[in-house]
Amino acid sequence: MNVPDNLKYTKNHEWALIDGDNATMGITDYAQSELGDVVFIELPAVGDTVSKGDAIGTIEAVKTVADVYTPVSGEVVEINEALNDASELVNKDPYGEGWIAKIKISDLSEIDGLLDSEDYKKLVS
Amino acid sequence: MHYIPNTAEVEKEILQAIGVKRFEDLLVNIPEGFLKKCQINLPFPLSEIEISKHIENLAGINKHSGNTVSFLGGGAYDHFVPAVVDFLISRSEFYTAYTPYQAEVSQGTLQSIYEYQSMICQLMDMEVANASLYDGATALAEAAIMSVNITRRNKVLISPLINPLVIDVLRTYLYNRAVEIELLPESNGLTDFTDLTDKLDDKVAALLVQSPNFLGNIENLNGINKILEDNKSLFVTYVDPISLGILKSPGELGADIAAAEGQPLGIHQSFGGPYLGVFAAKKSLVRKVPGRIVGETVDVDGKRGYVLVLQTREQHIRRERATSNICTNQGLMALAATIYLSLVGKKGLKQVANLCLNNSHYLCGKIAHLKGFDLPYKNIPFFKEFVVKTPVPAKKIIDAGVEKNIFSGIDLGIYRREWGNYLLIAVTEKRTCQEIDDFVKYLSKF
Repeated sequence: MNVPDNLKYTKNHEWALIDGDNATMGITDYAQSELGDVVFIELPAVGDTVSKGDAIGTIEAVKTVADVYTPVSGEVVEINEALNDASELVNKDPYGEGWIAKIKISDLSEIDGLLDSEDYKKLVS
Repeated sequence: MHYIPNTAEVEKEILQAIGVKRFEDLLVNIPEGFLKKCQINLPFPLSEIEISKHIENLAGINKHSGNTVSFLGGGAYDHFVPAVVDFLISRSEFYTAYTPYQAEVSQGTLQSIYEYQSMICQLMDMEVANASLYDGATALAEAAIMSVNITRRNKVLISPLINPLVIDVLRTYLYNRAVEIELLPESNGLTDFTDLTDKLDDKVAALLVQSPNFLGNIENLNGINKILEDNKSLFVTYVDPISLGILKSPGELGADIAAAEGQPLGIHQSFGGPYLGVFAAKKSLVRKVPGRIVGETVDVDGKRGYVLVLQTREQHIRRERATSNICTNQGLMALAATIYLSLVGKKGLKQVANLCLNNSHYLCGKIAHLKGFDLPYKNIPFFKEFVVKTPVPAKKIIDAGVEKNIFSGIDLGIYRREWGNYLLIAVTEKRTCQEIDDFVKYLSKF
């Protein structure tokens, strides 16, 4: 199970790469392997104002569907449009090409509430 | 309904099996005072011969399109239903099965639904259709909800000339969703789109229009889709499927979602149901479509097969975030529509539509010359239904007509108080020249 050390995590199996007040987010390697082949992703809209824990999109696998929750509050500034045509990127490269959205963080203190890689490893082991 | 005889021995056996002596023992939990109040003086049991005769006599009192000449419409029409339709849908493989969707055991049902969807797409000129919904009204309500979900906006503009009963259902569906319904103005029997651009803002999810509208008039919907597109609002049309034999389809008009009452497609009026909710949309919206969708695929041996697809939209997987809380369809009625459409074909549907058009215009022309009668919408094109201003209250004409086995039409006073002298008349392909002439003669006496 790949759990990179430089990322923050949520109990709902999202990851966030924090860069200043920007967060790039997606779902974890564990989440994609549990879901199986992802066939469709409903992305949030650029400009959406979101609060930590909001369902901002959905991931549809062959047999199930899961909501994607935002790890931080803020404004959606970019979405990974490549997923519209290639949802399998979430399976192939969940921490890279399979990213879902970039969010401008409105409350930096929320970052402290996220899990680090050690905590997350314990959660999924 | 079947007659199921019940002998004293059978009754005894049943009671024994459930562990009581007498039927009354099953009622011990009900306080005696209430039981006494419930005493119903039922007549003595009858034999099968007697009860059949009794029920037949009762049924004989009913008046329906089968033993009258009917000009009733307003959403449910007396169209011809070929005998083949009833014969085929009465086969027990279709008639008794309740949603037999397990792909491996229900290829016949799934294929028939797939054929239905394909025909609806052709008829509506749309890219995707679902396996059907309850009726036209719920189909339009689902279209409104779908538009709200897609656009994330909370207001729908609607034509005031959508069938008022359908508007009631729409209001019921939207009541707890904090969605605002705004009625456009009307002018001379048509929706007034003059101020449409001004009414469009970033709250408007969709515009819903019925054409031919409730009064039978054909709305001019050319270019409406472009105006809506500029505001990123969706265009939803509600149509009469028979009219599509000659009128522009929802697809040609650029509709994003199309809904219809499917009753005219081989389904009897049956005192109000079951009917058929027809629902179609653009392919780009397929993941927001409510209800079931059947798709074609191949099995491990490469043979053609059918399965339910895109089920992650539905409530058994998506729970409260499903596209709709209705996850069933009108399977048997969808089958009736499929059989009807395959029987009449493209040419036949055009023929049926033309007969409706010709018959209704023939009657309308005759009424125009009747003393005391008037046509309020003289130069507005209509399809098979039109409004007549009557010299006496419409109710009087309707009531007297029933005595002569004529259903004269709908009393519009039911819907608008000031319309007590307006009669809504529908003429289908079933009406003969003689029947229409006789009706004119009947009307001329008022």
